[in-house]
Amino acid sequence: MGRKIEKLLIEFARIHRFMMSFLREAVSPPYEFKEIIRQCYEIGWKSFPLISLTGFIVGFVFTKQSRPSLEDFGATSWLPNLISIAIVRALAPLVTALIASGKVGSQIGAELSSMNVTEQIDAMEVSGTNPTKFLISTRIIATTTMIPVLCFYVAGIGLLGGYLSIATKDDLSILAFFTQVFESIAAKDVFAMVLRAVVFGFTIGFASTYVGYYSSKGTEGVGKAANAAVVSSMFLVFIEELLIVQLLSLIG
Amino acid sequence: MEKKKVNINHEDVVIQVDNVSKSFGDLHVLRNVDLQLFNGENLVVLGRSGTGKSVLIKLISGLLKPDKGDIQVLGEIVNHLDERELRVLRQRIGFSFQNSALYDSMTVRENLEFPLVRNKRKLTRSEINKEVEEVLEGVGLAQAINQMPSELSGGQRKRIGIARTLILRPDIMLYDEPTAGLDPLTCLDINSLINQVQEQYQTSSIIITHDLSCAKMVGDRMVMLLDGKFERQGTFEEIFDTDDERVKPFYDYNFIV
Ligand SMILES: Nc1ncnc2c1ncn2[C@@H]1O[C@H](COP(=O)(O)OP(=O)(O)OP(=O)(O)O)[C@@H](O)[C@H]1O
Ligand SMILES: [Mg+2]
Repeated sequence: MGRKIEKLLIEFARIHRFMMSFLREAVSPPYEFKEIIRQCYEIGWKSFPLISLTGFIVGFVFTKQSRPSLEDFGATSWLPNLISIAIVRALAPLVTALIASGKVGSQIGAELSSMNVTEQIDAMEVSGTNPTKFLISTRIIATTTMIPVLCFYVAGIGLLGGYLSIATKDDLSILAFFTQVFESIAAKDVFAMVLRAVVFGFTIGFASTYVGYYSSKGTEGVGKAANAAVVSSMFLVFIEELLIVQLLSLIG
Repeated sequence: MEKKKVNINHEDVVIQVDNVSKSFGDLHVLRNVDLQLFNGENLVVLGRSGTGKSVLIKLISGLLKPDKGDIQVLGEIVNHLDERELRVLRQRIGFSFQNSALYDSMTVRENLEFPLVRNKRKLTRSEINKEVEEVLEGVGLAQAINQMPSELSGGQRKRIGIARTLILRPDIMLYDEPTAGLDPLTCLDINSLINQVQEQYQTSSIIITHDLSCAKMVGDRMVMLLDGKFERQGTFEEIFDTDDERVKPFYDYNFIV
């Protein structure tokens, strides 16, 4: 028992150190602009196909499933309001974060741990360069900026899916649909969405670089790190979602 | 093939390992080890697998910290330096890894540029290109400049790894098993490269190896790591002039008797 607590404390100290060195390297020059752009491309752009499909299906299916319960009240004309609130307040950030945890998290975890196993990280270290700056900061910056972008995109494509689902039954023009959508979303909903997306993006980047960087040596370490990156990212995203919901309801 | 004699000044110490111990859990890898590297010499470290040879040079380059004792490199005590000071010192130490450790997402050119552009920020694009081409030429692989590491053979990867460390013009080179896993002819090539580096760049080097032909060809002096200590030192002949059952098999296996 004492051993376990000690291990946990050591882990926390290491996470703290990792966070501090990330912050220091992220703000101090020289900056690795080229690598940040490359990571944004890897993390953001390459996730578009998967995220498009998922976003669309979530919007479409959610709308289809919500229709019967509104029908009972004869309130199907409220469908656009319902789905826009659901998508912007909850679905878009969560779906984006979960897909990114799986796709981006595993990629970062596997990439860094295999660099660790093959001593590429040590090689950077001994050549007088700073692996935290080049490998860690760039990836965390890329996830923190790209996940919000993806999130906006998911919201848009999810709403489009919702519209198409409605259009199969009702006679509603896309213009009328989006007018109704924008009337029902308040600025603070959009703010809350961006807040979530930034927090989730940072979390995914931080958790997956951390497990990759400190993975155990040996080839089985690579698989374990990829797995741990996904599991810890998803777990943290849900915990944060819970906290953010509480926080936002407190400040109204 | 005998090594050309070089004159060594035994006053001029570039690496001084003083009473160093290192354990991992219950595993005592190095026990109160002392070692000196003199300016300009090639020192060969022999020893069985798992005796802590790689640990030794990781301690010297500051990748690991000793549990006890001090390691002085070029006048600085490595285990007392902070991260920034360590980074400055490391630019003067070249480290050739056991498995080359090339950055596999980058081309050969990018591998070589990586330490250069980050440590010498004033260089212009054309100076960088010139430097990269010159060093690649030196290891005989000018044609590989645009290839990915995965497209290279083991021997070529070793050379690129050495080239990447040479690009910062280090004063000290640490080679971890430079010839492991290579065929005899490629071994000869690598050995001549190590000697060429010693002459051309005036480096002092530690070469870790199991390969006695390599040891004989590149070493000015040799030490053998036995049970966590350097028990035997001297020239090739001095090291193997013994009946020690821990030493003899090395010789017998390498030069079948
Ligand atoms: N970071 C580490 N954590 C735990 N144990 C380690 C670590 N590095 C090395 N060891 C252990 O220390 C011992 C010596 O390892 P080292 O890599 O120095 O051997 P070596 O002499 O280089 O062997 P080889 O010739 O096979 O490369 C091994 O038993 C290894 O398991
Ligand atoms: Mg080794």
